[in-house]
Amino acid sequence: MSDTYTRPIPQADEESREFYDGARRHELMLMRCKDCRAWRLPSRPRCPDCWSTDTAWEKASGRGTLYSFGVMHQKFPGFSEDGPYHYAIVELEEGPRIVSNVVGVPDDEIRVDMPLVAYFDDVSDDTTLVRFMSDKS
Amino acid sequence: MDATGRELKARAAITGLGISEMGRVYGHDAQHFAAEAIQRAVADAGLRKEDIDGLLVNPGVSALGGMGGVGLQNYLGLTNLRLLSSMNVGGATANVMVQYAAMSVIHGMANHVVCVFADAPLQPNKGGGAAYAGMGRPTRPSGMGGLYPAFGVMGINAHYAIAARRHMAMYGTTNDHFGAIAVAERQWAAMNPIAEHREPMTLEDYHASRWVAEPLHLLDCCLVSNGGVAVIVSRADAAKDMKQPPAYIWGMGQGHPGDMRRKGWDVETQTGAPMSKEKAFAMAGIGIDDVDVLQAYDCYTYTVLVTLEDYGFCAKSEGGPFVADGKLAPGGALPTNTGGGQLSAYYMWGMTPLSEGIIQARGQGGDRQVDKHDVVLVTGNGGILDHHSTIVLSPHDA
Ligand SMILES: [Zn+2]
Repeated sequence: MSDTYTRPIPQADEESREFYDGARRHELMLMRCKDCRAWRLPSRPRCPDCWSTDTAWEKASGRGTLYSFGVMHQKFPGFSEDGPYHYAIVELEEGPRIVSNVVGVPDDEIRVDMPLVAYFDDVSDDTTLVRFMSDKS
Repeated sequence: MDATGRELKARAAITGLGISEMGRVYGHDAQHFAAEAIQRAVADAGLRKEDIDGLLVNPGVSALGGMGGVGLQNYLGLTNLRLLSSMNVGGATANVMVQYAAMSVIHGMANHVVCVFADAPLQPNKGGGAAYAGMGRPTRPSGMGGLYPAFGVMGINAHYAIAARRHMAMYGTTNDHFGAIAVAERQWAAMNPIAEHREPMTLEDYHASRWVAEPLHLLDCCLVSNGGVAVIVSRADAAKDMKQPPAYIWGMGQGHPGDMRRKGWDVETQTGAPMSKEKAFAMAGIGIDDVDVLQAYDCYTYTVLVTLEDYGFCAKSEGGPFVADGKLAPGGALPTNTGGGQLSAYYMWGMTPLSEGIIQARGQGGDRQVDKHDVVLVTGNGGILDHHSTIVLSPHDA
């Protein structure tokens, strides 16, 4: 936990509360359609595959691969102090893609399609961000 | 009815083009630029204000014309409108407006429809990106959208960097390939009197330009411009007797594949262009080898590369090698973005490629005119590769 975390801290809303609460429990929670069983992200009340509104939250494996990434050189509030930073899109084993970043891997070793596993980063007393680290398993 | 839309080929034409004062022009709002562009387009077409009976408006990041465009209508005193709407599918909008305008005049809903884009995002002493920096989806600080600012994914550059990187990883595309596109466009811009950047640029200059969002250099990214562009769409039979050589609309199409953001759904490297092309080319009765001049939407160099692949100028994965040999540049086999495009000339969303397509189809390109210009392909792209649109222009009515 850090007292000096300066980057924007996301706030849960009604549709995303279980995702953020899950992260605090160190669980990656995703919505899943009870009718067609498709996983989805972002969380929404209606399944984009079959339009069912019958939905449950389920715990995802936390495993995925790096779909793509960028290295931001423009300055944005909360991000300007540390110089360029990378951001990532992770394709989860269940299918959906989530924005995040990769930790514990030197910047020049980050590769598209590398296997990743969720790392739960408690950035404040009430917020945990889902980042990813290399999955060597 | 013929499902190819073939009966619509060359039934409408672009009869007027107006480009306002353009670029780092300060002290005017978007409505001013829209009005100037429209006035010039009406004069170009040899029409009077009273002849305009349709107005389609695409606002940029600056407000333009109020709900439905009525503000711009009243600013210009247009009192004969039978068609009025504000439309927005980002950079795909210009071709889309022309498509609705063409269908309207063909079917007698209006005679002369003005389609206009105008914007005034640039402020003195501020970087060009400032007006766009807050954009990019999603912008909500809360909910799942809050993850984007949490990880620093802000602005449009961040998203196109993701797309470009994915293509590089899958197909071995390199920054040299992207740079070849930027260099070719600059060569064309040198011959365009209204282009903002006409000074020479080399591949070394491209590599030396600062990173914006890796793998995108500054010279991978479009300009930001103040200005406006308007075009007038008329029925083909009326176009024959008007002031300018008609640019006949041979084909038109749109493709919006949606983004399911999950495995197997790579809109970053497989865009809506094939859907859009299929309809437009069938209507025009052409194949890819018939295209003489290409005006490809170039918000980024990468957009041009993926467009070339998705239209089938080359196979998927071969966009990089395809552009590397100067094919797109002056004297090359596929003259592309012959006015310098949005990278070097001016950034008017889809109106940049469309305006240059009209100039080439009319044969009015001056030093940069391409000799063989029987089939001119104009592409539009909007959102983060969410929207695609196509217009095929020709100086010939059949
Ligand atoms: Zn479902």
